[in-house]
Amino acid sequence: MSTLEREKELLKGLASNEKEAIETIYRDNYNLIQHLVIHNNGTEDDARDVFQEALIVLYEKAKSGSFELNCQVRTYIYSVCRRIWLKKLQQNRRFETPVENLEETVPVEEDIEQHDKLSHQYSIMRGAMGKIGEPCKSLLEAFYVHHKNMLEIAAFFGYTNADNAKNQKYKCLMRLKKLFFAQYKNGN
Amino acid sequence: MDQILLLEAAERYLRGEMNPEEKRLFEEMRKNNPEVDQLVVEHQFFLEEMDRYGEIKRFKATLYDTHHTLQENGEIKEVTSSSKGKIAYLWNRYRRVVAVAASIAGITALLISGLTLMITPKAPIQDIEALKRQVNLLEKRTNTQDRQINDVRKKIEPGTAIKFGGTSFLVDPKGYLVTSAHVIQGASRIFLQNSKGQDFHAEIIYTDEQKDLAILKIDDEDYRQPSALPYGISKSSTDLAESVFTLGYPKDEIVYGEGYLSAKTGLKGDTMAYQISIAANPGNSGGPILNEKGEVIGILNARQTAAEGVVFAVKARNIVRMIDELKKKDSSQQIKISRNTTLQNLDRVQQVKKITDCIYMVKVVLK
Repeated sequence: MSTLEREKELLKGLASNEKEAIETIYRDNYNLIQHLVIHNNGTEDDARDVFQEALIVLYEKAKSGSFELNCQVRTYIYSVCRRIWLKKLQQNRRFETPVENLEETVPVEEDIEQHDKLSHQYSIMRGAMGKIGEPCKSLLEAFYVHHKNMLEIAAFFGYTNADNAKNQKYKCLMRLKKLFFAQYKNGN
Repeated sequence: MDQILLLEAAERYLRGEMNPEEKRLFEEMRKNNPEVDQLVVEHQFFLEEMDRYGEIKRFKATLYDTHHTLQENGEIKEVTSSSKGKIAYLWNRYRRVVAVAASIAGITALLISGLTLMITPKAPIQDIEALKRQVNLLEKRTNTQDRQINDVRKKIEPGTAIKFGGTSFLVDPKGYLVTSAHVIQGASRIFLQNSKGQDFHAEIIYTDEQKDLAILKIDDEDYRQPSALPYGISKSSTDLAESVFTLGYPKDEIVYGEGYLSAKTGLKGDTMAYQISIAANPGNSGGPILNEKGEVIGILNARQTAAEGVVFAVKARNIVRMIDELKKKDSSQQIKISRNTTLQNLDRVQQVKKITDCIYMVKVVLK
């Protein structure tokens, strides 16, 4: 398999959240990014956060389907991480020396902007989820995040039948929607 | 309860869980009832958000697991170095090179100094003396410079009581400035201090108590005139709500303030002035009010004591009128006021940077 085909496969795996593909990408690239961050005033935790954020950017791109890889995955990840890290440094005013370029980079500004928008919406949803409290949160996550069916959910949460669980789910959902839209309309 | 039923129906509809008959009925309901339609659209958006939330959450969990697994297997190197890593890294890498370079430099230095000692003839005493004189000369020159600097500082003799402070700004690069007449009322001498803290002697050319305006001229050989002024004096009127800013000396340093034009007339309907909402303090009097384009639209002269942030400014066209009057009376004054602004497309910070040099503090020594 050529490198290009192999990388396409990897991205496909990434888009469908396959552990194996993610592990490969992780193994191939993490040390490079760790090096970049640590040698530019960062810590190990910073490196992990930056790297994982970059993988989310890549994941979003790969999922959108419009993504055509015109460079190596490694180059793309490096470019995104470098940009994200520069931004963080500037925000924290820890910016002393310009982050040196060890590798070639490709322009990723637009992708990161798009990602910032999405991650803003993600955090609104997370905030709303945090506010509705238990058991609503677990109930909704079981259904919408982990795709459990109502029978399993009823059994797990101890409802006598699926209809009762369903009823409860919709009540929770209404509250979540209210919280989400209040925040969403405010923020935009 | 109705709401919940409706929500359930919308969700089943969007997830494609309805049978054809149900679907037909529901679609009809959507068509006839805009509220239901709105709910469906909103819920579709919400479900998409929910899906993405779920996806990212699952993906993050996988990332976390992966990191953990790889770290346990030792496939991710743990780096213990902190922010000093770079220096330590460079040092470790180039330690040997540094050591070699240092020893070579040491040996070379010793060799050269030895050689120099051997070759150089003893210096004649005269040369050394000459050198000393030169040093003395230098010292003398420095002393003179010091004295001159002191002279400049002493332009305003210590002990002179500076009574009133205000602000003024250049209207002609030749050294003509405008300020408020009340700032210089009863003055025996006037000094202008620029933003760098340099003092210049100035004289009053003209005052118009009615308009509360005065023209000053810098009369000082240290004054270096700029080739042109960055702002122009505007003749046209300004619109309500236009945003404006000012620079002035309410304290010993130039201070920036911004606000907006709140009325086209001044106190009690005075048509010669504008009312402006801006923070101003004693000392701001005589300062220019500039609009977004960087045109001077007024001269700040008073604030209302009973209200917060209500400030009045004499309209800039009065400057033009006053100068025309002055020319009629005294033809020796060749004032050519600046009309063009070069600040139009700059951001505020750049505008202010360019203007600062043309704003002077007025220091008044009373009779």
